Amino acid sequence: MLSPEAIARIHKKRRRYPDARAAVLPALRIAQEELGHLPADAIRSIADLLNVPESEVYGAATFYALLRWKPAGRHVISVCHNLPCSLLGAETVLDHLSRTLGVGEGLVTGDGRFSFQRIECIGRCDGAPAMLVDDDYHGNLTPEKIDAILKQYE
Amino acid sequence: MDGLMQAMLLKRTAIPNSTDIDVAMAHGAYASVAKAYAMRPVDVIDEVRRSGLRGRGGAGFPTGAKWSFAAMDLKKPKYLVCNADEGEPGTFKDRFILEQDPHLLIEGMIIAGYAVGAEQGYIYVRGEYPAAAGILERAIGQAAAKGFLGKQLGGKGVSFELEVHCGAGAYICGEETSLLESLEGRRGQPRVRPPFPVNAGAWGKPTVVNNVETLANVPFVLGLGSEAFAGTGVEGSTGTKIFSVSGAVNKPGGYELPMGTTLREIIYTHAGGIREGRNLKAIIPGGVSTPMLTAGHLDVRMDFNSLAATGSMLGSGAVIVMDDRTCMVKATSVIVRFFEHESCGKCTPCREGTGWLSRIYQRMTRGEGRENDIEALLSICGKMKGKCFCPLGEGALQPVMSSIRHFRGDYERCVRKEGCDDGSCGAKAGAKV
Repeated sequence: MLSPEAIARIHKKRRRYPDARAAVLPALRIAQEELGHLPADAIRSIADLLNVPESEVYGAATFYALLRWKPAGRHVISVCHNLPCSLLGAETVLDHLSRTLGVGEGLVTGDGRFSFQRIECIGRCDGAPAMLVDDDYHGNLTPEKIDAILKQYE
Repeated sequence: MDGLMQAMLLKRTAIPNSTDIDVAMAHGAYASVAKAYAMRPVDVIDEVRRSGLRGRGGAGFPTGAKWSFAAMDLKKPKYLVCNADEGEPGTFKDRFILEQDPHLLIEGMIIAGYAVGAEQGYIYVRGEYPAAAGILERAIGQAAAKGFLGKQLGGKGVSFELEVHCGAGAYICGEETSLLESLEGRRGQPRVRPPFPVNAGAWGKPTVVNNVETLANVPFVLGLGSEAFAGTGVEGSTGTKIFSVSGAVNKPGGYELPMGTTLREIIYTHAGGIREGRNLKAIIPGGVSTPMLTAGHLDVRMDFNSLAATGSMLGSGAVIVMDDRTCMVKATSVIVRFFEHESCGKCTPCREGTGWLSRIYQRMTRGEGRENDIEALLSICGKMKGKCFCPLGEGALQPVMSSIRHFRGDYERCVRKEGCDDGSCGAKAGAKV
């Protein structure tokens, strides 16, 4: 369930728009930030809070690639695989992560520490190949650099 | 940013702590706001119109004209929306402004809001830019504390508020009507036009949607005056452009240069030439939805009209450089897979067509190409062309048609299993391109 703090944040955001529905996407982001993903009861809570039909909250939520439906690892690694990163070795990055973490794309490591996925262009093409770990950017990736980066996240 | 004599938009990004309002103001931020408030809104619009400023998001629509349409509409309230959904692969120009000089954008939005009569602005920041969203929110708080945002501004009874609205991963939301759907809390699918957003945009009200870089130019239009502003650049494309250069170059980065700078100068003088001493093979001039060019196009000037004359587009000014180790079938397959993933599903030609294209490319890059694949790709493009609901589907065709036109040899060798320039023909799909 959403915490009172999250609900307060959603109400605050709602006041910034002429129509409550506009707070749906901010609310989904707040819920995911708190819960790590979007369980069905979070969708229901948001629908009730904003007085928008649950089906329509769900409809909006399923449109966006960064919203998650399953629990993720404590840290989410998102590897850009678009053209500039591909030209400079995105697949090497993905292969190395898969081997190092011992899990495939979209899965969570056994200790719950990491999950990793592909993502479309993250606008770090000047540091290709690049990835996001949670909200942090890492660029000019090499296998050695990736190993050092992973150590920063517990 | 070395060697930039003309840096204007990116000038403050080189200053430490430039996101702080006191630092930014010590270097000129918000100076154009007072200038705007001393003018009538209609005169601000006229100044922007005379400057020749055209939208930097991709379409190149004249900014002054867009503003005047919204200003002339009598419906109220009006909204100003900044499109910071910088999702065109290869593009990272707006990131510099959002993360390193947010006050430049806020200043531009205050002036734009005053000019068109909007009292509320929204900055739609893509979900992949979490740092930018936080920096903007802090900057907006500082601007409000200094009295640049709020009510009774400039002693004129003008109000203007700003709010950051974060996306959550959808390329289509860079298209302005999809962005408005997303802002309103719906799936980001495009709306039919007309009515255009200037008449019926956010919540059905007159709405100006401008790109970050476009709005960042506005303080300079007023600060320099339209005539001096138009002194940089070329006929039909005034001012500077931030080029995002990536791929096989020695110094990838953002380079702000006059409109009309040649590709040769951008790639060889500023971006340090092709990496590892290789030769240039292909150039995407304006993001992955713009038609590819070849080494034979190096002397093309990067401005709206010169690129249109080559059959390509300036787009977002994202220059993606490919060297002679690149297999164009694989490079194009990466782009087409992207469009398939990002097609919103609203219209059949795009939803199905991008899937058909992508499946053929995936098969070809697995080493299972067939002789008739090239004709099949062109036939699908022909059936999609002009029939897609919004520019996304049309954009998906450009890399396919242009790469076949310029690099047909790569496709022929691929389907005949004769090997390709990256030396890994027949390797598994998604191998290093």
